[in-house]
Amino acid sequence: MKVMAQMSMVMNLDKCIGCHTCSVTCKQAWTNRTGMEYVWFNNVETRPGLGYPRTYEDQDTWQGGWVRTKRGKLKLRAGGRAKKLATIFANPKLPSIHDYYEPWTYEYDMLLSAPQGEHTPVAKPKSLLTGDDMSIQWSANWDDDLGGSTATMQDDPILKHMSEHVAEELEQTFMFYLPRICEHCLNPSCVASCPSGAMYKRVEDGIVLVDQDQCRGWRMCVTGCPYKKVYFNHKTGKAEKCTLCYPRIEVGLPTVCSETCVGRLRYLGLVLYDADKVGAAAAIEDEHDLLAAQRSVFLDPDDPEVVAAARREGIPDDWITAAQRSPIWKLIHDYEVALPLHPEYRTLPMVWYIPPLSPVVDVVASSGNDGEDGRTLFAAISQLRIPLEYLAGLFTAGDTAPVERVLRRLAAMRSGMREVNLGREFPEETATAVGMTADQVQEMYRLLAIAKYEERYVIPTAHTEVARELEEMACSLDFEGGPGMGGAGPFGSSSGTPTPVAVENFHALAARQTADSPYGPTTPGRVNLLNWDGNGRPSGLFPPGDIGGGAAGEGGDGADEEGRP
Amino acid sequence: MGLTDASADKIILWVVVPYVTFAVLVVGSVWRYRYDKFGWTTRSSELYEKRLLRWGSPLFHFGLLFVVLGHFLGLVVPKSWTEAVGVSEAQYHFVATWMGSLAALVAVAGLLILIYRRRATGPVFLATTKTDKLMYVFLAGSLLSGAWATVQTQVIAAGHGYDYRETISPWFRSLWYLQPEPALMAGVPAAFQVHITVAMLLFALWPFTRLVHAFSAPVQYPFRPYVVYRSREASVSSRAPRPGWDPTNTPPR
Repeated sequence: MKVMAQMSMVMNLDKCIGCHTCSVTCKQAWTNRTGMEYVWFNNVETRPGLGYPRTYEDQDTWQGGWVRTKRGKLKLRAGGRAKKLATIFANPKLPSIHDYYEPWTYEYDMLLSAPQGEHTPVAKPKSLLTGDDMSIQWSANWDDDLGGSTATMQDDPILKHMSEHVAEELEQTFMFYLPRICEHCLNPSCVASCPSGAMYKRVEDGIVLVDQDQCRGWRMCVTGCPYKKVYFNHKTGKAEKCTLCYPRIEVGLPTVCSETCVGRLRYLGLVLYDADKVGAAAAIEDEHDLLAAQRSVFLDPDDPEVVAAARREGIPDDWITAAQRSPIWKLIHDYEVALPLHPEYRTLPMVWYIPPLSPVVDVVASSGNDGEDGRTLFAAISQLRIPLEYLAGLFTAGDTAPVERVLRRLAAMRSGMREVNLGREFPEETATAVGMTADQVQEMYRLLAIAKYEERYVIPTAHTEVARELEEMACSLDFEGGPGMGGAGPFGSSSGTPTPVAVENFHALAARQTADSPYGPTTPGRVNLLNWDGNGRPSGLFPPGDIGGGAAGEGGDGADEEGRP
Repeated sequence: MGLTDASADKIILWVVVPYVTFAVLVVGSVWRYRYDKFGWTTRSSELYEKRLLRWGSPLFHFGLLFVVLGHFLGLVVPKSWTEAVGVSEAQYHFVATWMGSLAALVAVAGLLILIYRRRATGPVFLATTKTDKLMYVFLAGSLLSGAWATVQTQVIAAGHGYDYRETISPWFRSLWYLQPEPALMAGVPAAFQVHITVAMLLFALWPFTRLVHAFSAPVQYPFRPYVVYRSREASVSSRAPRPGWDPTNTPPR
């Protein structure tokens, strides 16, 4: 048994309203650079729909992930090492920019600088690749809310695997949103595809990253990832991907997408797993067994043997505690309501989803029945084959039984909690019908509905005493105009050293605010106003024992944390 | 024979320039690797255009691999060795000329497709830097002059053609064991002299262009485990970060 810790995420799809706040904030934080215009580390797809890039789930075309050979071994679907090297000069399975979309901007300046004329000036779309006028044909969420889906939906790879006549009927019956980030898989096929060895899985927290200094731009990772979550930066010629906001995770903050999620549907936490079992689990023969196989790789953090083994592997005690408190572990193991996205790709993905019950509820309610009634819901779940099969196509390699089980648990929670709201006891028989106890269902309800920030995000901080130095602490002469010259190097604007990971963290902020510098305030413990960024009210912002009794007087007590949502 | 027999211009061209080129190539590559790991990439434009690249790039690269192999056999392996294993001059000449011509044809065809693609495809042309253009001049120059030298002195010449293994190859090896013999290059046909000179300039330019990606051919890939694990400690960069980023802009037209 080799215990490893994995930082993972669960998203509760019932609560996603498709507002794209996660995508926008992620883009602002990470990919608002040239070369990355088309890159969405986080995107939200309307399902049924084509996804981003278009039809990425169609692995007959894109050849992502692993396949099991007849001899029971795992092989990259796009070909093994020899084929990778043979096709290195032109990757035959790389999506072109048009499978994503051609990035554009608008000629906004025209609105101000156009000469006076008869017609109102317009801001024409201009391609960010060529600078030419362009006609916008597609983008990251073109089929949002099923817009235009009558024309495109038949290309949805999941629907194609289902029966033929489904499409139109389905359009009338249900729709839901699927936010996607990198899956930070236990058996990552992108890492396996990288000829340079630039991609790696971090030992400490399992985050999959690209070493920007070592990447040589062979583009095999883009093909290797079945979720198409590794992108090629066409300006720098390097692969980039979702980093699970590791600079934030390292200091105990949730990812940007989680932090800003208005539906509060994302959960972050650790899962302990047995690294020795990963290969065998991913190579299991029947695709329907992959879900159970992946679950069997996980280790119970409350098991004393596991704890002892984890300690032997050097996992710190606060990480073990965090794994015990992990909401991910509860949702995956205790309540068994979370499911992985496309386990059939055999990468053992670690961003899991609670499938949405709402499509079923909507159908029941719109047919005039009681959408909160347990028995009606149970009956509807087993009868509404289309949503069930579609969800199974996404989360269980087509096996409807586990999806049905999850939906029944969610239905039991919904109908039982109505009883509670009406002042009655939670009906025990509703809970036992889905293999839980009433207390368990109500605990699950608490976690899914009203869990606070600290319960949704249980993130132990990285042990920086282990690391030589933090990314941002490097002392240098490399400032704008300095001897290390920021900006463009001699080989074009993307040469020289990489752009740093520049996300402010609150520890660094606090350290700066109370820094003992020659320009700081004379009183120790006071905040240096020159360094204060205007956010929150750190302790020491106001003088102790404030005279004059202004509004600031009572603010000095205790360590005021920054405002939290 | 030795340095004393040769005139000053011969010494400069066939002794000084090769050593300077070698120094620039080695020191330049080391410096580039230390200064600019981030810029060390193929800078692929496959995302923009696939149809032409799919033919041009493999043709060019595989052709070039065979060209490099041929240069190794011709320059590094002494004539006496091939004769010792029973390969006659006629046999050597036949294989070298025809295999070499075929490889050159493939590489040149690929290069022409790639150059056409680079000029004709809007986004690819816009992503082409000044260094790229300079590099293309010398790359095409050395490839075409080498192909021409082969055609002129080997294919259409009478008999076994010009035997470069009596002059160019010993001169090349003499540089490596630090006993340069520039006099050997005195009677070499002009086509070869041009080819060698352009190639030396290309090698001097090499570390400062995207050609550096040739040095990072992923030869270790077949021998490593599929999934790479790295500790956080090892992944922390020891180099100073560069501030800033480039705003999203329409390319100039």
